[in-house]
Amino acid sequence: MNPTPYLVLATILFTLGGAGVLLRRNALIAFMSVELMLNAANLAFVTFARMHGNIDGQIVAFFVMVIAAAEVVVGLAIIVMIFRTRRSASVDDASLLKL
Amino acid sequence: MPMIIVLSAGVIGVLVEAFMPRRYRHVTQVALALVAFVAAFVQILRLAGETELIAVSGSVAIDGPALFLQGAIVVLAFVSVLFFAERKIEAGGNAFAPSASSLPGSEEERILVRDRVLQTEVYPLTMFSVGGMMLFPAANDLLVMFIALEVLSLPLYLLCGMARRRRLLSQEAALKYFLLGAFASAFFLFGAAFVYGYAGSVRLSEIDAALTARVGQEGLLLAGVGLMAVGLLFKIGAVPFHAWTPDVYQGAPTQVTGFMAACTKLAAFGALLRLFYVALGGLRTDWQPMMWAVAIATMVVGIVVALTQTDVKRMLAYSSIAHAGFILTAFVAVDELALSSILFYLATYGIMTLGAFAVVTLVRDAGGEATHLSKWAGLGKRSPILAATFGLFLLAMAGIPLTSGFVGKLTVFNAAFQGGAMPLVIVGVLTSAVAAFFYVRVIVLMFFSEPAAEGPTVAVPSPWTTVGIAVGAAATIVLGILPGPLLDLAENAAVFIR
Repeated sequence: MNPTPYLVLATILFTLGGAGVLLRRNALIAFMSVELMLNAANLAFVTFARMHGNIDGQIVAFFVMVIAAAEVVVGLAIIVMIFRTRRSASVDDASLLKL
Repeated sequence: MPMIIVLSAGVIGVLVEAFMPRRYRHVTQVALALVAFVAAFVQILRLAGETELIAVSGSVAIDGPALFLQGAIVVLAFVSVLFFAERKIEAGGNAFAPSASSLPGSEEERILVRDRVLQTEVYPLTMFSVGGMMLFPAANDLLVMFIALEVLSLPLYLLCGMARRRRLLSQEAALKYFLLGAFASAFFLFGAAFVYGYAGSVRLSEIDAALTARVGQEGLLLAGVGLMAVGLLFKIGAVPFHAWTPDVYQGAPTQVTGFMAACTKLAAFGALLRLFYVALGGLRTDWQPMMWAVAIATMVVGIVVALTQTDVKRMLAYSSIAHAGFILTAFVAVDELALSSILFYLATYGIMTLGAFAVVTLVRDAGGEATHLSKWAGLGKRSPILAATFGLFLLAMAGIPLTSGFVGKLTVFNAAFQGGAMPLVIVGVLTSAVAAFFYVRVIVLMFFSEPAAEGPTVAVPSPWTTVGIAVGAAATIVLGILPGPLLDLAENAAVFIR
């Protein structure tokens, strides 16, 4: 198996996610982009597991899915709390803390 | 295992939350947390006497640095819980919102405040977070390291958003911390994937073996190391990944700020040391230049921006960034001396930071804590003991002789010097001198300027908080005059098991 295409795809997904966090102003979209980055890492782990012929990488991928789910719980709680207070989920509106 | 004790106490705390009548909850939770920390500390002492081992089929290393940092984290967390449990300075409650889900300014919140409902979820969250912090420096493979990172971070994000006063600021701090923290841990994970791709294993010792054998592709490895460094340097608040620190430290409830400033830094440095010394020690010529640059940037930016701050909490935040830089100067030396000096510095830094933030909680006006520096003018004339204690912590942070901060700085600079990082030591000493200026400026402000007409009052805390601050101040002086025992302890602890 040639792992290169999978790794290229993982890197593209990771970059897209990173760009999403930095560029999008909506907290929910930024958060989704973080999840995309985690999934890119998962893809890389599974590809490398296949490449090395051991299952360490697949185990990691399972754990990452569980952790991502826990992160969604915490993240959505915080975003919903902010949205209820301010009626907006934009990252730009949250700017009370400035130098 | 101490970690199991703390984490199961967290689980029991959740059950208490569900089944205990509201009246008894607060006292039960506090007692549970304190008992668990004492039990965990006893366990750590017991383990420290035994031989080092790698437990849980190779995933958790119980060695000197891990046990030293775990012990320090448990002690600091114990004192933090005493501060969390403070109920006298806020009329009819503690520092946390009665219910984090109620809307700020709503009828629901008013009723909860009137009924003096106490929020007790903070204690189980703290226990989980401390469990993660204890696992972080002990993690012997990349998977466990990532899990520990998340277990310590996720409860902290929530704790940041729970302040009783200034809830909008607090919620905003939680959002920022969460988004940036999740972003950084994604970097760590992607880096871990690359290193796994290089070495074919996530175990630190096998990564080291693969490095020696030079089996894989260098490009993968270097990219992976860089990405993982981003994730860990974010947690310790090093420049250029420090942007979250001042905002989060300012917005979070001050007790939580003290807790995370002290304990998170200990845990994250422990993990950083283990990763770079145990797994990537063979690659040091490649990562040392990067760490040099980060250390210099961290010291300079931390100190220079701290000079311009007008808010006490933000000033302490930038000073904690600068401290991360001082610790990194020793980090690049990669030897036992560096390791023991970093362990000592972390312990003393944790004590003085926790104490300083606890003092900040006591200076209050009608709107809650008076954190603007102008309001601290003349505080020394109104309550000399409190101001003197804060002054002591500031002097220790500045590294004035006879305080623990001086010994800490001396040991890390000495380690960096022995390790051949002379330019770093020069930058460190220069920035320390500049730092002394702004710490002393605050002391001058407190003691030698006229009190403001409508200045803040100093709340009278419960005995627990008083004891906590007094112990912190005493430890700062004692470790400054007699650092020997703790230095010896750090020296004996400073060997990683492989």
